[in-house]
Amino acid sequence: MTHPVPASHDASLAHAQSFWRTWVFSTDHKTIAKQYMFTGLALALVGGFLAYVIRMQLASPGRPVPGYGAVGPGQYNAVVTLHGTIMIFWVAMPILLAGLGNFLIPLMIGARDMAFPRLNMLSYWIFFISTVILLVSFFVPGGAAAGGWTTYPPLSDRAINSGVDLGVTLWILAVALEFAAFLMGGINFIVTAINNRAPGMRLFDMPLMVWMEVAASIIFLFSVGPLIAGAVLLLLDRTANTGFYDPARGGDPLLFQHLFWFFGHPEVYVILLPGFGAVAEILPVFARKPVFGYRMIVYSTIVTGVLSFIVWAHHQFVAGIDPRLATPFSITTILISVPIGITLFAFIATLWRGSITLQTPMLFALGMIAVFLLGGVTGIHNGVPATDIYIHDTYFVVAHFHYALIPSVFFAFFAAFYYWFPKMFGRRTNEWLGQLHFWGTFVFMNVTFFSMFLLGLMGHHRRISNPHFFEALRTPEADRLQWIATIGALGLLAAQIALIANLILSLTRGVRAERNPWRANTLEWTVESPPPHGNFATLPLVRRGPYEYSAPGRSEDYLPQDAPA
Amino acid sequence: MQYARAAHIEHESTEVPTGRLGMWWFLASEIVIFGGLITIYVLFRWRHPEWGAESSHTINAAGGFNTLVLLTSSLTVVLAHKAVSEGKLGEAARLLGFTLLGGAVFLCVKVFEYTHEIREGFLPARSLFWSFYYTMTGLHALHVLGGMVAIACVLVAVRRGKIPHRVEYVGIYWHFVDVVWIFLFPLLYLTS
Amino acid sequence: MGLESWLPKAASSFAGDVDWLLGFITWIVGIWFLAAEGILIFFVLRYRRRPGVRAAYVPARRLRAMAFVLVPCAAILGFDLVIDAVAAPIWHRIKETLPPAQETIRITGEQWAWRFRLPGPDGRLDTADDIEVVNELHLPVDAVVQFELTAKDVIHSFWMPEMRLKQDAVPGRTIRGWFQPTRVGHYEMDCAQICGLGHTMMKASVVVESREAYESWVREKAGSAQVTSREEGPESR
Repeated sequence: MTHPVPASHDASLAHAQSFWRTWVFSTDHKTIAKQYMFTGLALALVGGFLAYVIRMQLASPGRPVPGYGAVGPGQYNAVVTLHGTIMIFWVAMPILLAGLGNFLIPLMIGARDMAFPRLNMLSYWIFFISTVILLVSFFVPGGAAAGGWTTYPPLSDRAINSGVDLGVTLWILAVALEFAAFLMGGINFIVTAINNRAPGMRLFDMPLMVWMEVAASIIFLFSVGPLIAGAVLLLLDRTANTGFYDPARGGDPLLFQHLFWFFGHPEVYVILLPGFGAVAEILPVFARKPVFGYRMIVYSTIVTGVLSFIVWAHHQFVAGIDPRLATPFSITTILISVPIGITLFAFIATLWRGSITLQTPMLFALGMIAVFLLGGVTGIHNGVPATDIYIHDTYFVVAHFHYALIPSVFFAFFAAFYYWFPKMFGRRTNEWLGQLHFWGTFVFMNVTFFSMFLLGLMGHHRRISNPHFFEALRTPEADRLQWIATIGALGLLAAQIALIANLILSLTRGVRAERNPWRANTLEWTVESPPPHGNFATLPLVRRGPYEYSAPGRSEDYLPQDAPA
Repeated sequence: MQYARAAHIEHESTEVPTGRLGMWWFLASEIVIFGGLITIYVLFRWRHPEWGAESSHTINAAGGFNTLVLLTSSLTVVLAHKAVSEGKLGEAARLLGFTLLGGAVFLCVKVFEYTHEIREGFLPARSLFWSFYYTMTGLHALHVLGGMVAIACVLVAVRRGKIPHRVEYVGIYWHFVDVVWIFLFPLLYLTS
Repeated sequence: MGLESWLPKAASSFAGDVDWLLGFITWIVGIWFLAAEGILIFFVLRYRRRPGVRAAYVPARRLRAMAFVLVPCAAILGFDLVIDAVAAPIWHRIKETLPPAQETIRITGEQWAWRFRLPGPDGRLDTADDIEVVNELHLPVDAVVQFELTAKDVIHSFWMPEMRLKQDAVPGRTIRGWFQPTRVGHYEMDCAQICGLGHTMMKASVVVESREAYESWVREKAGSAQVTSREEGPESR
């Protein structure tokens, strides 16, 4: 089929553009990536502040929190709800999926941009609007949503149940818009990786980061649909007086839980996989070794993705579902430990007989593995129904998912951030501040969340604003643990000052970075730092896979993907 | 196969044009949304045989007529795509016009149905069946409207001889809207 | 193991099983966890960059090399199945069976209190001598207690740490379950599911006492439900 008319809507990519087109309404994937990333990091400050309010309130209930004031029970509910919502949907998703994915996918596969650059821009601006709506919801009459980040109806269904009216509606609207934005982004990622690879690049020549971002996008795309449908029903219940979740009118509150977790559990992997991708890029470079079992990791990722769709009911063992469903769902749930185990062990095996240097990106990548291991193994406690009876909705679960999510989101992102910073901004980061940032984050993260495992075992249940109300949590041991967790959280937040300082220092007076400061193989390192609009002067010709480090018979210990043999 | 490409896409790794691939993945995301909604409805319907009586208040004739209209409009969009591949852009634009007309007729009939039902007292909050009825047909109608806007944009462009390859993409989308209706019609109208 | 010292004192017939299983899982995953961390740390220390030493080229494209990862993961698979095989009977006993009741109670969660309805001296629910109490429940020690759990407005979660028992209360559903308190004492029964403004404050006290003390409490409270039984009727079906 031949068309007489060539497309001409996108003029030459390299020509000079106005300020607005360059920095604000840009279609350049690298600019959009930075927009996503900085929006996500700004929201991380909001989420971190909320975490601070939570920790201060729990350590000394009733005393006004410096910088916030007294926390009433209604406000406390709103604070925990928004902390969870922001950290998952407005931090993890934009920085890991949209931020890193946007920046890296075209560069790593040798494309000039995303497949649909204007859709990409639209995606960011819809995300931006959703962010504004979410932040506005703090200040509307009645306050922000306060039904937990899971917003189970009937609590979220009628204003009379939660005491919050407009806040919940805005919450649903913001989340729905956010999903739309990430659907657009996800479609872009998938199509770009399938169709816009540089000449010579086969699917199994793609860096693992690209595989992971695409796998995450596909998981997101197939899991979010039912929840979008569920959110529409919830919105109609609130606004059009329908009764989808109202048992008095034939509706079913558990329906929402099924829809939520059918999305909610795969979402964990949507966040985790890009984190794994970043670690998979960084380990080989700093161990000067090929990643151990590239194809094995790809296949175990696919298995993880498929399994993640049949585990959701493990969030509902004691929610009133048929108890006979529990054991089958438990088996699928803990079976995920096998593909995840393969990936983690492959990462560890990559270090074997390597030549390891411990610079900041490597420290964060190793820290990611070390911390995630504990989050992973405690998943078994939660995934087994009989023990879940006790620990469900306690701080044991809180500790577990923070041990799983903080390494996936923050450790992996920081690793990626320090690693690709020279490519993004053309300057090197300060190594000393980076190491300080790592050790502060690593130590205080463990101080904060390990004590929560113990608090959970003691019977500290979730989303209570005053632990002293309960006999088991009034003891000196419990109080000590609360304070340890709080001091840990303060330290964890303080450690981020090193990041901000490093960011400012490096952006203004960092050493100029050459093209390939880490002597890495993947295609993004073959272009200038930062890469120009359009990325490649001529498209690279890919000749090999991404992890040819220390190949025998060569003097150099690395071999870029496009270098002639 | 030589397709028109955007300037930033120099090389395509598969035989499938990037735009078509994007459309398929977009539809995949739409399928899980409608699929989720339809599954929820079917599960409820299973537990509530008494909804049959409610369902008998829908206007089967209007729904049937609308099915025919949508199917015909799908045919014209196929013909438009064929005309494009033969280089007859003017005819393609005319055929797209027929598809638009079909969409408009569909929506008019739907508005007529809604008014009738509301007058009879079958409001969304009356029972869960009607809640589902309005939600699902309403969401579908929004998709019809969205499809019409997209087709109108492509029609205007094709008249000027631009982006003819997009006739295929809006066509795929329009078929999807059609298929969703083919599920909704029996599930909502005919299960009395 | 040491885990028990963190847990509240066990006070029901199945609490021991749950605690044992928590310990069992912790041992298994604990050993795996420490082994993995140990190897990770060992590799990082052992294979630090040294001048003149080049990294080995081990892409592990063949199954023989992958076996170093796949064999341990096959072992993980085995441990997973063992854990679930051991755990399934415990879950079955707690949640999938309903031993004959010696006491029957009806529990309703509402914003923000626990409402209990007991059969009273005649032993049958929904009669004139029913007992209705709010946030305070007495139970005889060693009796198998069956409960019918429901919620009035939003989802709540019935949670008694010492009994190792948790079950969500869902409006529109009646969920049956059981437990057998084995230790005399005062216990707290909390709401573990966020349920609005008063979520934290939603707490009942449960007194497990001797049969004699329980029966005198029943006699004292008998008939207290009369006043509210009519309006409670449809909710507590």
